[in-house]
Amino acid sequence: MMSFAARLAGIVCALACALPAFANDLEDAAKHLKAGQHKQALERVNKALAAKPRDPQARFLKGLILTEQGNSKEAIDIFTKLTQDYPELPEPYNNLAVIYASQGQYDRARAALEQSIRTHPSYATAYENLGDVYAKLASQAYDKALQIDSSNTAAKNKLSLTRELVGRPSPTMMAAAPKEAAKPEAPKAVAEKPAAQAADASEEVLKAVNGWAEAWSKKDADAYLAYYAKDFKTPGTEARAEWEKSRRARITAPKSIAVGVESAKVTLSGAERATVTFRQNYRSDVLKSNTRKTLVMVRANGRWQIVEEKSG
Amino acid sequence: MRALAFLLLLVVSGAFAAPTPEDKLSRVFESIEGNRLDEALMRVDTLIREYPNFRLAHLVRGDLLLARSRPLQTFGNVEKTVPPEKVDGLRDEAFARLRALRERPADDRLPRSVLQLHAEQKHVLMVDSRRSRLYVFANAQGRPKLIADYYVTLGKNGIDKARQGDQKTPVGVYHVTANLPRKKLTDFYGAGAFPINYPNEWDRRQGRNGHGIWLHGVPRDVYSRPPRASDGCIVLSNPDLESVGQHVQVGLTPVIISDEVEWSDAADVERERAALAGALEQWRADWQSRDTERYLAHYSSRFAAPGQDLAAWGAHKRKVNGAKQWIKVGVSRVAMFRYPRERDFVVVTFDQDYKSSGLSNVMRKRQYWVKEGAAWKIIYEGSG
Repeated sequence: MMSFAARLAGIVCALACALPAFANDLEDAAKHLKAGQHKQALERVNKALAAKPRDPQARFLKGLILTEQGNSKEAIDIFTKLTQDYPELPEPYNNLAVIYASQGQYDRARAALEQSIRTHPSYATAYENLGDVYAKLASQAYDKALQIDSSNTAAKNKLSLTRELVGRPSPTMMAAAPKEAAKPEAPKAVAEKPAAQAADASEEVLKAVNGWAEAWSKKDADAYLAYYAKDFKTPGTEARAEWEKSRRARITAPKSIAVGVESAKVTLSGAERATVTFRQNYRSDVLKSNTRKTLVMVRANGRWQIVEEKSG
Repeated sequence: MRALAFLLLLVVSGAFAAPTPEDKLSRVFESIEGNRLDEALMRVDTLIREYPNFRLAHLVRGDLLLARSRPLQTFGNVEKTVPPEKVDGLRDEAFARLRALRERPADDRLPRSVLQLHAEQKHVLMVDSRRSRLYVFANAQGRPKLIADYYVTLGKNGIDKARQGDQKTPVGVYHVTANLPRKKLTDFYGAGAFPINYPNEWDRRQGRNGHGIWLHGVPRDVYSRPPRASDGCIVLSNPDLESVGQHVQVGLTPVIISDEVEWSDAADVERERAALAGALEQWRADWQSRDTERYLAHYSSRFAAPGQDLAAWGAHKRKVNGAKQWIKVGVSRVAMFRYPRERDFVVVTFDQDYKSSGLSNVMRKRQYWVKEGAAWKIIYEGSG
């Protein structure tokens, strides 16, 4: 049956913060949440918030904890305020939508998810959730058309949502940061703590990967192809021109595309070469896929470009 | 006073020009065809706000929303667990409405059935069962002029009613016999009802029975019903029934129900009308002449009047006409309609003003004329 695969997105990052105590509290809260220890998680996050009441990540985490505790009212309050303070962040909208959907308020869920996608066109989670919400709204419309009542299936959806929430893998790394950060689009997604210089390079690589995904999502074939180096290894023995032609066709054919980059990991080999592995969450009006992807990238003239692309 | 009347006229004509829910639905489909799905969804949302019981609009909305989630397999892409007959009715309604809007007759086409209207018949209603459509024609100097058309629901088992309880809509030429307002009816009939005179003389002669065929509205909880859903009645949405009702004259307005409205051009219709009018005039003149054999030559061998076959009718006429010194027959307010389904078969009604030495009377008369070889003959005659 129609499974409501609602995923809560977390933006709790392991970013080195100015206040080590604050960072520790946040980290502990996330751990407790993952372990299902909501009470402890809430205590920790409140402690962190006492130190930095406006911190978006702490507020977001508190929203997650409250959601899992079933305190929808306060969770909605927190996520709503986050959308007001950081309208460019897609995640609070997404989570608001998940809560609204769990309450059967699909119109509100839809509005929130559409907002989430507007802020971040390549945000795959919101796309998936929105697909489910549209399907649910469609089902309601059909009920009105046929004058039947399929509210039983609605109850099932709610149950599967609850399970999703409990079994959710905690902090997912996201390529987005709040307004106060230097650049909203800048990726902050490196879990390890490499040397400062390496961190910068990793960040640049990730930025390129996100740019590549965004060009793809915007169906901007020129921008997309510009991420491939001149000596890119085309699959098989295909000539570059042929390959470009087929890529161009694939990118422009669907009505909409959303490509999400999740759990990205950058391994640098020297200053000019990097291997990036991530989960590529692709969704178009005709196809949906989630695959493991590896890009080998090389830096030339200050730009990171793709020389190899492997799936699986 | 005059200014007020003028203002009222403006308001009324404005109301006629306003897009109907069907027009709005049609615009939704236009957006879909143009692949402007967001616009389509906005338009259907507006339509549903105005007509929350328009079930077909909800079905289209469901499709538009579902299309955002996954590719559609079919129109009305409901879950497979829903019994197909539930959604089939709405699909049929959509196709019927679309088809009727697309297959509009050209302005110069006339319904072949309407040969002549008399001056007091302001309108004629025609039902096209194949298109699930009711056409309203105004009487423009005796000629029908199409002024409006509406989606209608007919019998569950289609048309050609023959038996009581067969859930079919009759085929034939009828007229409205009453106007039953909403307050005299249960909610099932909606905004009102206009019974018609099924079974008519011809139906009875064919052995058809049953009764209670009405034009009526719909219950409060729906905007319209599927194309084949009534027990034989002609069902319109309540706003549509109200606008049709403005044109109905009890006892006068013809209701012609057919498989399909046959469209013809003015010259052909006029040729047929003139031929019939000529035959009718000859019948009148021959009756007046008191040459009973010439008069009886207008009657078919299959003729029957209530309680009389041709032999009995002839014997009676010979006796009556032979006793008269003079006869004068006036024919006025003539209406002539081709009968659907039957070949070269016309129902003629008129006021007959009969004067003679001894007896005079005025009556409304109804005759059925049928073409035998090259000549039009009377197969039935009675009061109309």
